[in-house]
Amino acid sequence: MNIPEGLKYTKDHEWVKVEGNIGTVGVTDYAQGELGDIIYLDVTTVGNDVAMGDAFGTIEAVKTVSDMYAPVSGKIAEFNSAVNDNPAIVNQDPYGAGWMVKIEISNMGDLDSLLSPEEYKNLIGG
Amino acid sequence: MAKQTAFYDLHKAYNAKIVDFAGFEMPVQYDGIIAEHMAVRNSVGVFDVSHMGEFFVKGKDALAFIQKCTTNDASKLTPGKVQYSAMCYEDGGVVDDLLVYCYGEYFMLVVNASNIEKDFNWLQSNINGFDVELTNRSDDFSLLAVQGKNAIKTLQKLTDTELEPMKYYTFTEGKIAGVDTIISRTGYTGEGIGFELYIPSDKATSEKIWKEIFKAGEEFNIKPIGLGARDTLRLEAGYCLYGNDIDKTTNTIEAGLGWITKPKKGEFNGKAKVDSELANGSARKLAGFIVEGRLAARHGYEIYADGNRIGHVTSGSISPCLNKNIGLGYVETKYSTPGTKIKIKVRNDFIEAEVVKIPFVGKE
Repeated sequence: MNIPEGLKYTKDHEWVKVEGNIGTVGVTDYAQGELGDIIYLDVTTVGNDVAMGDAFGTIEAVKTVSDMYAPVSGKIAEFNSAVNDNPAIVNQDPYGAGWMVKIEISNMGDLDSLLSPEEYKNLIGG
Repeated sequence: MAKQTAFYDLHKAYNAKIVDFAGFEMPVQYDGIIAEHMAVRNSVGVFDVSHMGEFFVKGKDALAFIQKCTTNDASKLTPGKVQYSAMCYEDGGVVDDLLVYCYGEYFMLVVNASNIEKDFNWLQSNINGFDVELTNRSDDFSLLAVQGKNAIKTLQKLTDTELEPMKYYTFTEGKIAGVDTIISRTGYTGEGIGFELYIPSDKATSEKIWKEIFKAGEEFNIKPIGLGARDTLRLEAGYCLYGNDIDKTTNTIEAGLGWITKPKKGEFNGKAKVDSELANGSARKLAGFIVEGRLAARHGYEIYADGNRIGHVTSGSISPCLNKNIGLGYVETKYSTPGTKIKIKVRNDFIEAEVVKIPFVGKE
């Protein structure tokens, strides 16, 4: 299971990569594998302020639909147009081209409660 | 403890994602549902459906017993013919949908995995007064479905039985790779060409046949297909899935299964309900619909029209062939005509959809 170093993880199987006050958010390799073929990302929250743990969108796979939760509080600054056009990118490259949103982090302290790669690995039994 | 089919180790070797389905550890997908779906539509795929149940009905009243317990007219069957049918409760609710194989003197019934025990008990409870012997031989068979336009070219390499002339919904006993097999030209994919192969369930024989089929199909890029694509394929074909589109709360007429319901044949379980549905018209009908936009309608979502709730979705998914979201659902009968605009409640939104004729894909 691919769990890159340098990212923070959530119990909801999302990752966040922090550069300055911008957090880039996606789902983990484990999550995309569990979801199977992803067919649509429904994100209508660009420009909104969200609190840590709020649903910022939904992810539609062939067999199932699930919410995506903000790993940190802040403003949804951008939705990745590439995954909007071709959601399969999330399956193919979940930590790279398959990122979903960028969040302007309002409270850097939120990051402290997220999981390290090691802790996430333990969570999924990898 | 969930059961495993004889192909379990092969599923693992093909990197299947395994789920518990009806008490069996079954492959839900290998490469991905969409790739598997398209492999069946464009070439050929192999499904392990060994979890299905096989019952045999023998004895001098075998036909009369099947006539009582099923909705279709089994007297029309001749040896080598297969019939799609349904079993109903007295109130017309569906016990299961099934295939009836006619051997002349006796019959094989093929039922859904999730219903094996329930169906067997239901049949037993109807057996009084009939001179029949009912046996559950589900554990004796492995079942592989080989579906898609290259299925004949693949399987013909492994058998002397002439496959091309076999008509849809017929079967014969023959050999596949030297093994005694019930070769059935049937399927649950909507493909015009497809076979279901009933073979001995011992692991060595089952694995041998699987490997021979994959060797024969290599030139067609044959793929193993999981339950995920089995569901999307059957939905495109407009086929009902027991537990979703039909169950004990639905009757065959409202489900669009009037074509397998033959009240003129005489008495059968549920006939009173069938007669009243036909005489008075069904209050609701199972309708196919295509959704506008990219949100999927899913099992259980509510359907609205004219500001009122008029039904619910029973099956919904992306159609990989149409690249649109499709579904089936029960709606009040006046909204069941193709072309009718309906709305489906998806979380907090209402999405537009249109009732269409089924099948969604393939032949009329």
